[in-house]
Amino acid sequence: MSLLDDFIVRAVLAGLGLVLAAAPLGCFVVWRRMAYFGDATAHAALLGVALALAFNISIFAGVLSIALIMAVTVSALSGRGFAMDTILGVMAHSSLAFGLVAVSFVPGVRVDLMAYLFGDILAVGRSDLLVIWLGAALVVGLLYWRWSALLTATLNPDLAYASGISPKREQMILSLALALVVAVAIKVVGTLLIAAMLLIPAASARTFSRTPERMAAIAMVIGVLSVLGGIQSAFTFDTPTGPTIVCVAALLFVAANLVRLLRAQVK
Amino acid sequence: MSLVSVDTISLHLGGRQVLDQVSLDIEPGEIVTIVGPNGSGKSTLLRVIIGALSPKIGKITRKKGLKIGYVPQKLHIDPTLPLTVRRFLSLPKRVSDDAAHAALHDAGAGHLCHHQMTALSGGQFQRVLLARALLTNPDLLILDEATQGLDQPGSADFYSQIERLRREKGCAVLMVSHELHVVMAASDRVICLNGHVCCHGAPEHVASAPEYRALFGTGTHGALALYRHDHDHDACDHDHTSDHHHHDTAHKESA
Repeated sequence: MSLLDDFIVRAVLAGLGLVLAAAPLGCFVVWRRMAYFGDATAHAALLGVALALAFNISIFAGVLSIALIMAVTVSALSGRGFAMDTILGVMAHSSLAFGLVAVSFVPGVRVDLMAYLFGDILAVGRSDLLVIWLGAALVVGLLYWRWSALLTATLNPDLAYASGISPKREQMILSLALALVVAVAIKVVGTLLIAAMLLIPAASARTFSRTPERMAAIAMVIGVLSVLGGIQSAFTFDTPTGPTIVCVAALLFVAANLVRLLRAQVK
Repeated sequence: MSLVSVDTISLHLGGRQVLDQVSLDIEPGEIVTIVGPNGSGKSTLLRVIIGALSPKIGKITRKKGLKIGYVPQKLHIDPTLPLTVRRFLSLPKRVSDDAAHAALHDAGAGHLCHHQMTALSGGQFQRVLLARALLTNPDLLILDEATQGLDQPGSADFYSQIERLRREKGCAVLMVSHELHVVMAASDRVICLNGHVCCHGAPEHVASAPEYRALFGTGTHGALALYRHDHDHDACDHDHTSDHHHHDTAHKESA
């Protein structure tokens, strides 16, 4: 089919790689009420972009290191008299502001910030694809390996301790995975929409799930549908691709909840 | 060798001293009960033993490879987390269907296998928590007010199951409880805690006194009298015989 030009294929593959990692990770974000954490890490990523441009290193490396620093700082500060949402708010907004200021200092490069705020999935190259799929595989592998421990720690820290699991270590693993996903996703959906791709598929999947594993699997399916539907719609209606993917995910969320309401009515 | 050995630990939480030079050993197969008023550090001590809190002063030693079954006082499950009872039992280690059914049946919760955890009543929830704690074949079972929310027959079942467990599997039990009349019968040792260890001893020793029989026969009335004895003294030099006088007088005064 001539419609599937090479760049569309790459866009689809990039989107799929992202949601396959983001969906199960997003479930933990929902269960642990870390929604704002994804937001904050994503905002901080912009500072990473600025630093990467300034020091002429890869965007991926810049974003990953800032996201990691952010994750470690938040973990270290939490439980020391600050409320989580306060810490995240301070970190998110100040790193976004510092990022914007830092970008203005980068000499000689005219930076199109929009590209990093909203991403450009259609501009994904072969090497980007490799980075996305390696990152996604790493995150999925990490989650698969630690699944039981992560779930126990999410359920209750004391239950985890009693089973010889350190909830702090599991929290760190989740932060690491989150940093990886943000770094990988910045090219695809941009910083503003990363949190959406973490949250919305997982939140939609809750309606249909009886076990955590099922919720993660359904979230993956919803994520895949959002990517396919989003890219198709963007192509049809000539709209920006990243935001269209999120729009489709949001519509699926609404549909999932309508189904739930109807089911409740029938009962 | 002791399963757990707590050696003169002190712990501050939020600027308040919660534990003050507490020492405690738990031997294999014994049932130890901690009693004490609210805020006396009972739950904190349990959390130190499971490793959730690490005191800076004092030392805690656990037997190598110690398996702990822990039943918390309360367990909040976020409604965004879908979790069936069956799945919960396989956390963190997968258990076979047969083992899961047997454990649920033993805990009197056999019919709940496919229910959502968030849909259970308080009593059902505690039974499921106990079933999960038992599935790991623990060396030490730790119960923090585990019979909260159970009705009287439920709580009697609960304790008889724990005694049977100790008999069959030889696991030690450490519990915090307010149901002193049940606890007195079941425990090998009772520890009275109010920041520091006020007193400890065999319950038979205590229960053999006729005035104690009278006290525990009247339920909470007796329990309150036990709590009321002088917790604020600094020295721990009194024994149970001197306690008797306290309770005796407290009882007479209130009567």
